[in-house]
Amino acid sequence: MKVLINKVKNLIKLLSILALITFVTTHSNSAESAKLLKTDWSFKGLFGKFDRGALQRGYQVYTEVCASCHSMKYVSYRNLGEKGGPEFTEAEVKAIAASFEVTDGPNADGEMFVRPAKLSDKFVMPYENVKAAQAANGGAYPPDMSVLVKARGGGVDYIYSLLQGYEDAPSGMTLDEGVHYNKYMYGNKIMMSAPLSDDILEYGDGTKATVEQMSKDVTTFLMWAAEPHLESRHQMGFKAIIYLIILTILVYFSMKKIWSRVKSEV
Amino acid sequence: MSDHEYTPTSKVGKWFNDRLPLLTLANHLTDYPTPKNLNYWWTFGGILTFCLITQIVTGLTLAMHYIAHADMAFESVEHIMRDVNYGWLIRYIHSNGASMFFLAVYIHIFRSLFYGSYKSPREIIWIIGIIIYLLMMAAAFMGYVLPWGQMSFWGATVITNLFSAIPLVGEGIVTWLWGGYSVDNPTLTRFFTLHYLIPFLILGLVVLHIWALHVPGNNNPVGIDIKKPSKDTVPFHPYIVIKDGFALLMFMIVFAFFVFYSPNILGHADNYIEANPMVTPAHIVPEWYLLPFYAILRSVPDKLLGVVAMLSAILILAVLPWLDTSKIRSAVFRPLYKQFYWILLADVLILGYMGAMPAEGLYLLIARVATAYYFLHFLVILPVLGFKEKTLPVPLSITEPVLGGSPNLATAKHNESFDK
Repeated sequence: MKVLINKVKNLIKLLSILALITFVTTHSNSAESAKLLKTDWSFKGLFGKFDRGALQRGYQVYTEVCASCHSMKYVSYRNLGEKGGPEFTEAEVKAIAASFEVTDGPNADGEMFVRPAKLSDKFVMPYENVKAAQAANGGAYPPDMSVLVKARGGGVDYIYSLLQGYEDAPSGMTLDEGVHYNKYMYGNKIMMSAPLSDDILEYGDGTKATVEQMSKDVTTFLMWAAEPHLESRHQMGFKAIIYLIILTILVYFSMKKIWSRVKSEV
Repeated sequence: MSDHEYTPTSKVGKWFNDRLPLLTLANHLTDYPTPKNLNYWWTFGGILTFCLITQIVTGLTLAMHYIAHADMAFESVEHIMRDVNYGWLIRYIHSNGASMFFLAVYIHIFRSLFYGSYKSPREIIWIIGIIIYLLMMAAAFMGYVLPWGQMSFWGATVITNLFSAIPLVGEGIVTWLWGGYSVDNPTLTRFFTLHYLIPFLILGLVVLHIWALHVPGNNNPVGIDIKKPSKDTVPFHPYIVIKDGFALLMFMIVFAFFVFYSPNILGHADNYIEANPMVTPAHIVPEWYLLPFYAILRSVPDKLLGVVAMLSAILILAVLPWLDTSKIRSAVFRPLYKQFYWILLADVLILGYMGAMPAEGLYLLIARVATAYYFLHFLVILPVLGFKEKTLPVPLSITEPVLGGSPNLATAKHNESFDK
């Protein structure tokens, strides 16, 4: 009994050190200026999955609002129809792709030509290059959104809050031309003007397009863009851990049996 | 155990084994007499072997898809994450595997510190272990550079710049390391090459580490020398194999939670921003396992002395067997050392925390005190303790806890005959 208590004690010690390490790492990663807004993300937890409707609406917000400045260069049109994503039908994805134009070539005559995008094409970028993007946005580069939620301390909560964090600057704070106040932004100064306002777009499924709703939808979409295999990761993880636990229990009893031959504690 | 000893029966087997006794080496490994009172802290050697193999296998697979070029590295990692079959799984196992590897190695090192496993006659095992640890840090650091994110780039810049502290030739060395005048493509390609090489060096050293271990045999929680084989030992197989296997499975469950449910929690968000030499991140921090040394580096105001302090903090471990003057190995019988052991552990954890915080104000002050204490522990407390401490009586054997033993078997025997 005493041995068992000691073992449990040791395990607790070990786990608390692990927790401390995790805490220090995460704590140092998120330099937040204000407490972030929270919402119930469907993709968190052991069985977390994306809300298909939110992903499709989120794509609409991205493409109608964000995509005019923000690229998403690692995502392809085909991804929109893949399992675990927005899961648009193949016809829908083809139609989406065809509504964009890409420069291809050179053709047999050595000329570049413009054609409608195909499923295999990456998302068309709003600007030719970083310099062009900066020139069009007062010197600030609108970051690529492919892995944006993973590239910010606070992740989805941060993006969700930022989209709703526009306020009038507190008195005494002077903002330069083209700079906006956002209470969640690092340093509170942001070059992007408030991108969302109520009913800026009309959702196809009839959901009311409030700023809060659009923020949640587009952030869900960004999470999928950054982690397209999140659903299969969660599914596989659950199976793997159940398998490991069962195997551990079996090995534990085998160990007890084997060690019962010697006078000693395991 | 000779009743089930393996001897090759086939002609080819005999012919081969006569020329290279590889087949009967298994007999040594299965029969290897191991103290039967080893606790679970002793299972981390096996766990570390698993970690090394996991890193090598996943690393090889990643290298088939990764492109070591400053313009393509970041994109190729995203390609692995998105388009390579189970690429996300392999990469997350590899990146979290590094953290798990260090978690295990720190437990392994602190187990050794508690039970005095570094003392005579196991100094060589210990020193090889320290070299492995150094190589692990080099491999981990260079591996972190490969995704070519912001922390990769700036971490590489900060760490390589440390060499510029060397008087006279420092700047030249840094240029030589970079292969240019800043961290750029040549730096990335050479880091990739070295990152690929080091694990195999570690593998070779692990063989030596285990070989050196099999000469005196394992230390044990009581810390006394034991007769081998005897009532105090069990053959490695099946007793230790199944126990190590059980512990490994427990470890894998923790590992799996990180890989499947919070694969990015131990990494820095900035490393998902592609490297940009024109933009410096607000805080440049290394991975968690290097934080204590980073804190030591920053707590010294002079650059050269800071580097010297950081390196000394690691290298001091190599001479630990001679700094610890106590003849008693296990902290179980050293009431004072036991207390200082826990203080040292707390000190290292505090250093780790301070390494993650900005080097200013109270944080810096605490880091300085903790750095001073770290060296005080090894340079003053340990040598003095060996002479001043009143240790508890040590048992003669594991099975018969007769008091009056000594960590040295010859002395113990002498005492035994003396008592008669």
